[in-house]
Amino acid sequence: MRRAHFKFSWIAAVLLAPQLLIIFVFFYWPSAQAMYWAFTLEQPWGGGNTWVGFDNFRKVLTDPYYWASVKVSMIYAFATTALSMAMALTLAMFVDRQLAGYRAYRVTMILPYAVAAPAVGLAFRFVFNPQAGVFSFLNTLSPGIWDPGQSGWQAVLTIILAGAWKHVAYSFIFFLAALQSIPRSLTEASAMDGARPLRRMVDLQLPLLTPTLFFLVIINLTDSFTDSFGIVDTLTGGGPFRATDLMVYKIYADGFRGFDYSGAAAQSIVLMALVMALTFVQFRYVERRVHYS
Amino acid sequence: MIERTPWLNLATHLILILGLVMILLPIWLTFVAASHDLQTVNTAPVEFWPGPYLLDNLRTAWVESDFGPKFVNSLIVATGVVIGKITLACITAFALVFFNFRGRMLIFWMIFITLMLPLEIRIVPTYAVAANALSPFQTLLDVTGITWAVQTLSGLQIALEWNLLNSYTGLILPLVATATGTFLYRQFFLTVPDELVEAARMDGAGPLRFLWDTLIPLSKTNIAALATIMFVYAWNQYLWPLLVVTDRAAYGVVVVQLSDLVPDNLTTGGGTPNWHIAMAATLMVMLPPIAIVIFMQRWFVRGLINTDK
Repeated sequence: MRRAHFKFSWIAAVLLAPQLLIIFVFFYWPSAQAMYWAFTLEQPWGGGNTWVGFDNFRKVLTDPYYWASVKVSMIYAFATTALSMAMALTLAMFVDRQLAGYRAYRVTMILPYAVAAPAVGLAFRFVFNPQAGVFSFLNTLSPGIWDPGQSGWQAVLTIILAGAWKHVAYSFIFFLAALQSIPRSLTEASAMDGARPLRRMVDLQLPLLTPTLFFLVIINLTDSFTDSFGIVDTLTGGGPFRATDLMVYKIYADGFRGFDYSGAAAQSIVLMALVMALTFVQFRYVERRVHYS
Repeated sequence: MIERTPWLNLATHLILILGLVMILLPIWLTFVAASHDLQTVNTAPVEFWPGPYLLDNLRTAWVESDFGPKFVNSLIVATGVVIGKITLACITAFALVFFNFRGRMLIFWMIFITLMLPLEIRIVPTYAVAANALSPFQTLLDVTGITWAVQTLSGLQIALEWNLLNSYTGLILPLVATATGTFLYRQFFLTVPDELVEAARMDGAGPLRFLWDTLIPLSKTNIAALATIMFVYAWNQYLWPLLVVTDRAAYGVVVVQLSDLVPDNLTTGGGTPNWHIAMAATLMVMLPPIAIVIFMQRWFVRGLINTDK
């Protein structure tokens, strides 16, 4: 950080206090509380919490429903990330050619970012509903062939499509910005050497995009692990038969519907560790990039 | 570029139009469903062309969901979060960059780490805090024995309580802490030339005067960029308002209202789902942030890229 200009005074303290108070009360305290709950168990007849060590974790980690939740969260996270990034990359590369209609294409591709997750969930619930959705014609051919309300894999597929649809916009914005920051002289030089547009995409643009690509993989994974609640809640409600019970959704359901604070807290800690690991990877990588560039 | 590539251009347009269709199809189908009657919207195959009932459905959805006060609430919450986040980001970054004191880095890191603690993860204990925002302090006083000491010495019982459930404060306050905004402002403050600070000091300006008269006018683009993304973020909040507000009639926001429109067995009682009304409501909830993104496109894109890189 750079040289400061003013001596520390009460002014600085007053300026810092609001944000520090808020993060203490709403971030650090609850996180500490989660930690406390994860290692204790509330007495059924009151009288405070008793220390139970790793019992809550043991209970969570031996629960088959929890592992099913981890598995479907992984599938969701990797599938949405892969799908949305592949689509965003393709679209960004072709939008970057700046043909006629460039502005219209660009603004449309960023629209999904503006739509609230539960609105996406509800819209996709309609789009894929078995009675009158886009696949309803399948059911007129052979009844019951498409029904995300009954079939687990179909429900997972619909949340993946909804999540991917929502995430396209974000990756698109970053890919397009990265493409447009490629120096024009590079493009011109390779054009002089006879590289046609498609060749330039593969041999020039794609390699230069790798930092952005990596950054987006981590961000999208983290987001898919933590930010899926709105979509799941209105699209499938975790069902059918817990098929779409993502980790975040399970924490919410166990905590607020099952009143199992200790179990929910232990799950929170596991998810927190996952997010920290992903952030750490990103940070290491960002550091390295700064170092080499 | 200068080369002629007619076939590739054709392919480019085809690919982009395909992408356009994939992005717009769900929004289009929502719009189409919102313009049909109950009968048509529930008959296979899916309709691709709008019908004549759009305004009727919008009106019904608006009245049934009591959207009037809820749009006002959403607007209040979104505006409050935007103002709160920008103010906090600005003053925190200012104190961190321009004041010299030990622990600057520590505070910076403390704010940074909040990025790894998204609301979804700490939701249950955060809710407990919202029920009494002063409970952390009460616990600290209890644990350190201060409560006991005060009670024995003066006979006063310390019982701090501040319930945030069902209030605008509860909807806004936990969302205004902002690591990304603070970074954006810090980045900006670090680019301010030293001469500017020295000139201000020479003219006898104190730190607050310098902040107000020099830095804030300079950071207008920052403010615009932050405001657009934060507005979209705040408007689209779902999980937090879902929990904090139980009195939906008074403090409900529009996005949460969508959860009541999910046509499952709970809401339809096994009857025909009211997709046309649900989609009309969805359309109305989607509209404000979409409008912001379209009209403030430039600021929006800049804000996103600067805060996350």
